[in-house]
Amino acid sequence: MQQSAPPVLELKGVTKKFGSVVANDRVDFDLVSGEVHALLGENGAGKSTLMSVLYGLYSPDSGEILVDGSPVQIDSPSAAIKLGIGMVHQHFMLIDVMTVAENIVLGQEPGRGGVLDMKAARARVRELSDRYGLAVEPDARIENITVGAQQRVEILKALYRNARILVLDEPTAVLTAQEARGLTGVLNRLKADGTAIVFISHKLGEVLEVADRITVLRRGKKVETVPRRGATERSLARLVVGRDVLLAVEKTPGKPDRPLLEVSDLHVRDDRGLEQVSGVSFTVRGGEIVALAGVDGNGQQELVDAIAGLRAPESGSVTVDGREIGGGGVRAATRAGVAHIAQDRQQRGLVLPFTLAENLALREYRAPRFSAWGWLRLGAIKERARTLLKEYDVRGGGPETYAAALSGGNQQKVCVAREIASDPKLLIAHQPTRGLDVGAIEFVHSRLIAERDRGRAVLLVSLEYEEVKALADRILVIYEGKIVGEFSPDASEEELGIAMTGGSRQTEEVAGAG
Amino acid sequence: MSLLKEELEAEAGESGAAAARSPASLTAFRRGLSGVTVPILTAVLAFIGGGLIVLATGHDPLTTYSSIFNGTGLNWLFPWVSGSERATAAGNLQQTLIQATPLLLVGLAVAFAFRAGLFNIGGQGQYTLGGIVAVWVGSSFSGMPAVLHITFAIVAAAAAGAAWGGIAGVLKATTGANEVITTIMLNWAAIWFGVYCFQLGGPLHSSAKDMTTTPVSNTVVAGAKLPVFWGSSTLQGLDVGIFIAIGLAFVFAILIKRTRLGYEARAVGFNPDAAESAGMNAGRTWLRVMMICGAFAGIAASLDILGWKFDLFTNDIQASQIGAYGIAVALLGRNTAGGTAVAALLFGALLTGTSNRNINLSIDPTLVQYLTFMIEGLIVLLVSTDVLTLRLIRGGQRVGLALRRRPAETGAEKGGGA
Repeated sequence: MQQSAPPVLELKGVTKKFGSVVANDRVDFDLVSGEVHALLGENGAGKSTLMSVLYGLYSPDSGEILVDGSPVQIDSPSAAIKLGIGMVHQHFMLIDVMTVAENIVLGQEPGRGGVLDMKAARARVRELSDRYGLAVEPDARIENITVGAQQRVEILKALYRNARILVLDEPTAVLTAQEARGLTGVLNRLKADGTAIVFISHKLGEVLEVADRITVLRRGKKVETVPRRGATERSLARLVVGRDVLLAVEKTPGKPDRPLLEVSDLHVRDDRGLEQVSGVSFTVRGGEIVALAGVDGNGQQELVDAIAGLRAPESGSVTVDGREIGGGGVRAATRAGVAHIAQDRQQRGLVLPFTLAENLALREYRAPRFSAWGWLRLGAIKERARTLLKEYDVRGGGPETYAAALSGGNQQKVCVAREIASDPKLLIAHQPTRGLDVGAIEFVHSRLIAERDRGRAVLLVSLEYEEVKALADRILVIYEGKIVGEFSPDASEEELGIAMTGGSRQTEEVAGAG
Repeated sequence: MSLLKEELEAEAGESGAAAARSPASLTAFRRGLSGVTVPILTAVLAFIGGGLIVLATGHDPLTTYSSIFNGTGLNWLFPWVSGSERATAAGNLQQTLIQATPLLLVGLAVAFAFRAGLFNIGGQGQYTLGGIVAVWVGSSFSGMPAVLHITFAIVAAAAAGAAWGGIAGVLKATTGANEVITTIMLNWAAIWFGVYCFQLGGPLHSSAKDMTTTPVSNTVVAGAKLPVFWGSSTLQGLDVGIFIAIGLAFVFAILIKRTRLGYEARAVGFNPDAAESAGMNAGRTWLRVMMICGAFAGIAASLDILGWKFDLFTNDIQASQIGAYGIAVALLGRNTAGGTAVAALLFGALLTGTSNRNINLSIDPTLVQYLTFMIEGLIVLLVSTDVLTLRLIRGGQRVGLALRRRPAETGAEKGGGA
């Protein structure tokens, strides 16, 4: 390793506070050229804050930043760019209607006297993309290229500005498995060229794959910097969470009881009027977790929406504990005992500018406990929030904290707490651990199993094999709006994979076995 | 006032949370200002801007402003002002408060919509409808007991305003029609409906013999006039309408913070998807919100009619600017009850202080009148670009980042809770 080389970047004792919350507590970090240094930690551990300090988005309360051994002041991204620091954010900052080349040169366009030399721009883009294997089409519009390609454009943007230090904020979060492998290749080429890379992630596996060194942050503090050699998922998980983590939660076999959700011959159309759910029938009993597995976009969203009352079905029926709720809207579903952990917590699950108390009341604010005659019982709402925040170990705030101020994992805990607390008969969990770190995943999984063990029906919709495997008592595979197979939890990934992509339909036999 | 204060603080927090999307240094800075200082600074900057224009026209801004200040009657609060000067000041202050009363209510009509994510440009039309109904009820039914008559007129005006606001609400809920467009159109419809009512030969044209050639309504009967409690009842002293307006500011604060409707309105305003997932019906909420907004504006008109106008000329209907002032008041008041009340007082003072009769003749009266418009415009401009205001008062420190939302969102999601 180039451990002996002088660091191109050093952060010393960086502290950043937001009000009373210490996001970074005297964090040290260094980076040498030609390495990938991973910054690993739970959601809210302070990874992004630290990098935002480096990129001039936040000013640190104390501590210093050294580039090539000399202290620097970085008070804006343009100052960071001048120092050779480039950042690829999780959410891309590209202009959709402009071309790849236009986006890359934006702000530093080649040309003279206000006349843009697009030819030179294109040439420079080609040169960079060839050199690092970042395949992009300079004349394609951003809106027409894949997410993976957009990310390559972001990396090119940084390289075009002569970045020697490249910060990637959770770069794989938006990529498919194949695109992620492509990214690894790109990183290797950049490394070979002497670029120093900070790789922010909360996924243990990929960190072990790409990083040379790994710095673990926990609750704003640096825990340790370890070389990849010798590190394992388990050892990293312990550093991240601060204790031993059950990478797969323990569970006993389910004890299916009477049917609580019965879906029969359900047809649902999407907003464009296309039929996305075509004659789906299945049952979920109390005391079991049924996983609906499938590749994204095969009707899961519409099916979930129909059961949760967000979308009226075209035909067919949805009954919860014998009560028909199809077409009755969210309130009818809620009254029948449906709770719904939405796929997108920021878009559907939470009102970010609301306090946690207000967010926790969203499902049940109409109940007599929380309001009467149009008046809110603010005391009861706050009191319940206090209880739930404690019970669900939500960190980073109390009932009066705004949801926007919480980290993603804690926001998800708030959603989970609210839905479970509504005491449902059927709990729909749609991608309940998306974007969560190991500790939070463990928490959510054990909660779902606990709900099952209390006799509730749990419908898990997930795209992740590991999750389906870890939780399900039965697995239904959905493909093009139809249930194409039923499997037992010990089905192999391959078997499921074939069914999920519309392979041979051995439904009946397997269903019999399961 | 504690409720208003609480509401104000909650709002400061809410905007703080929204601002959590911008870089934290700026957020912290904003929070430090607690949502109150910025509007004050905004107003100060607007006044300075206006002063510069006065200076540019070769007049002395200090003399102008002190003359305007004395014109507002706020000098009545100074114990050393005495004698006839004090009597004049009292009269002016009564005028200021009379002006502030409808401004507060129309401001609330705009603010309530804002809280539900709607931009109610329709304060003008809702006010106009309320005025038409108030003057009709107030000038009819003579012999009714005063309290009953007044209540009837105010409630009827509220209902008329609510119905007018409700039209925009229904259109939004059923067809998704943008409320900005529909309320602007409804303003014109209301204004011309009013002109039609009171024009010569119109259905509500005055039946008085000496008014056959004047396009005006009947006059409110004595029993329906709001009692004057300060100053002369024949020389537009201050009527009790102001207490109704202040009471409604409390109602606003309670509605927003303590009722299911307010909770739903804010949820729908912030995140319609999450509100829908919680079983809320955005369309129904919009309708209710717009009706309440309309009621506020309708009541504003009824207080004007029953308090000091007593009749309605078609000219008044066409010349009224209250809808525009209401928007400025709500913006400056940050859509809170307390803030809107303070902003209404400021604008009421400005309107009174710059009216012709109060201006010392050494100062160009036209200039001073336009000064009101300039200051209003500057305030709206500065409030809608408060980032720039912050930059100015930060002594040129770079805050341009706040304009870039997306990186900040990324930062806030994780950084904020880290």
